[in-house]
Amino acid sequence: MEKDLKALGIKVEKKKEFDVYLVRQDFPILHRTVRDKPLIYFDNAATTQKPKIVIDALVNYYTNLNSNIHRGVHYLSQAATTEYECARRIIKTFINAKHEEEIIYTRGATEAINLVAFSYGEAFLSEDDEVLISHMEHHSNIVPWQIICEKTGAKLKVIPIDDKGELILDEFDKLLSERTKIVSIVHISNSLGTINPIEYIIEKAHKVGAIVLVDGSQSIQHVPIDVQRLDCDFFVFSGHKIYGPTGIGVLYGKKDLLEKMPPYQGGGDMILSVSFEKTIYNVIPHKFEAGTPNIEGAIGLASAIRYVQNIGLDVIYDYEMELLNYATEKIKQIPEVKIIGNSKNKASLISFVVENVHPHDIGTLLDRDGIAVRTGHHCTEPVMRRFGIPATSRASFAFYNTFEEIDVFINSLKKIIVKFK
Amino acid sequence: MDEFDVLYQEVILDHNKNPRNFGTLDPFTHKAVGHNPLCGDYVEIFLFIDGDTIKDVKFKGVGCAISKASASIMTTVLKGKKIEEVKDLFERYHTVLTSKPDEPVDVSNLGKLAVFAGVREFPVRVKCATLPWHTLMEALEKKDSVLKME
Ligand SMILES: Cc1ncc(COP(=O)(O)O)c(C=O)c1O
Repeated sequence: MEKDLKALGIKVEKKKEFDVYLVRQDFPILHRTVRDKPLIYFDNAATTQKPKIVIDALVNYYTNLNSNIHRGVHYLSQAATTEYECARRIIKTFINAKHEEEIIYTRGATEAINLVAFSYGEAFLSEDDEVLISHMEHHSNIVPWQIICEKTGAKLKVIPIDDKGELILDEFDKLLSERTKIVSIVHISNSLGTINPIEYIIEKAHKVGAIVLVDGSQSIQHVPIDVQRLDCDFFVFSGHKIYGPTGIGVLYGKKDLLEKMPPYQGGGDMILSVSFEKTIYNVIPHKFEAGTPNIEGAIGLASAIRYVQNIGLDVIYDYEMELLNYATEKIKQIPEVKIIGNSKNKASLISFVVENVHPHDIGTLLDRDGIAVRTGHHCTEPVMRRFGIPATSRASFAFYNTFEEIDVFINSLKKIIVKFK
Repeated sequence: MDEFDVLYQEVILDHNKNPRNFGTLDPFTHKAVGHNPLCGDYVEIFLFIDGDTIKDVKFKGVGCAISKASASIMTTVLKGKKIEEVKDLFERYHTVLTSKPDEPVDVSNLGKLAVFAGVREFPVRVKCATLPWHTLMEALEKKDSVLKME
């Protein structure tokens, strides 16, 4: 594992002890039953469960702190503002941004990508420019760019993927040119699990003067992120995928870029002064945070991040790799199952199809045994088309999952296959 | 038997594995394509209608067991039926499938289609069972059309 991490350029620190049964105590929902069976939650790539500490942070906010932030002179407003801004600092440290104001709160990864596409894209793209994405993007990293290319006349180019579900880097090199202005790339694919070599992509893109947005929706919860070392220009993620609440996400952007970008939305908080003749915009991050934000979401996210830091992402990564390897071995022993996405570098998720059994039937029948997986195209229709399938079933693991749960899942899957024989 | 056994009962599994009237009809008088973009299910229905009677029917497509069995069983009940009868049957079928799981329903006049009554326990799967029927209705309305179900 250490070698794996080093190969990915991730700093390896001294290992802490990890006790999965102990961490499971932190997640109330893991103790409920579904259809009279203990819940086995393998839909972590869609959203993660929340530790009690995060739930408590939300309850505490509404019980003791609730008020609107900024501009308030009263006690509660100041206390809420302090917590909200303190959360920003925690996020900044977590991804090692250089400046606190480089952390913009959004509703999630989707809004963060849209913000960059509409603000940066509309201001700086023109007809002869190109935006480069990959064949394995989530729809949220395709559609905003299509809209903006339509508006500006820029062209959208796509890095192809191979049969293992890896980017074809030779093709990337060929697609990259002086015309490339933006490269927007997923760090870890939500439907294939592939961990993309973003260091390489960022370095190469910068050589031709392009800026790079990294969609970290599936990486923030699995691998340590250092935006300065990566040197990415933008990094986006959603709070709910890293054990935090829904409705909160982050756009990290380099300060000089954020400063030259026009506002995305207008309203309160994003201005310094307003008159009908002239409005003066606020400084970053506030310029991009119009209106009353998701205050409790930001506070909840910070508490989730502290929780993860406490366990250690390196410890989490190691354990999740063990889960992945174990599950992969077990699945490969079932001849009717084919894994979609066989990259050397994979995060802890397995997309698969089963001979003669449609993913929806698998999903419904696994649910009977209390097992939650996702079935469908996972908002990555181009990936499905690339592999010539309408849908897959996807089991995605978090650090609170166990080897025993994988055993139950495998047995349930085998039962289903027999049923359809 | 729990609700899952009812959903995936032998008849349905059998029609999924060995779909009846699978293929294309040549010649045909009516045809429609149904598509559920959410799950990628796809069904194509061919009809040969003489006057107001369905003389022959075939279907093609990919989908889950429920949608395939629904299409297959549908084709087995259509032959020889009048269009008005078929529309009536669909009405009754649709009413049963979209009723709430705890509501009493009458499946006595559904014939073979009664095996799908259990689908109403699974609201997200109702579209799987109705897609072939909606597509059939489309085919009856127009001679050639594409139907999308959201
Ligand atoms: C790779 C990837 N990008 C973007 C998103 C969008 O995240 P959200 O819906 O939280 O904005 C997701 C979520 O499924 C994802 O997996």
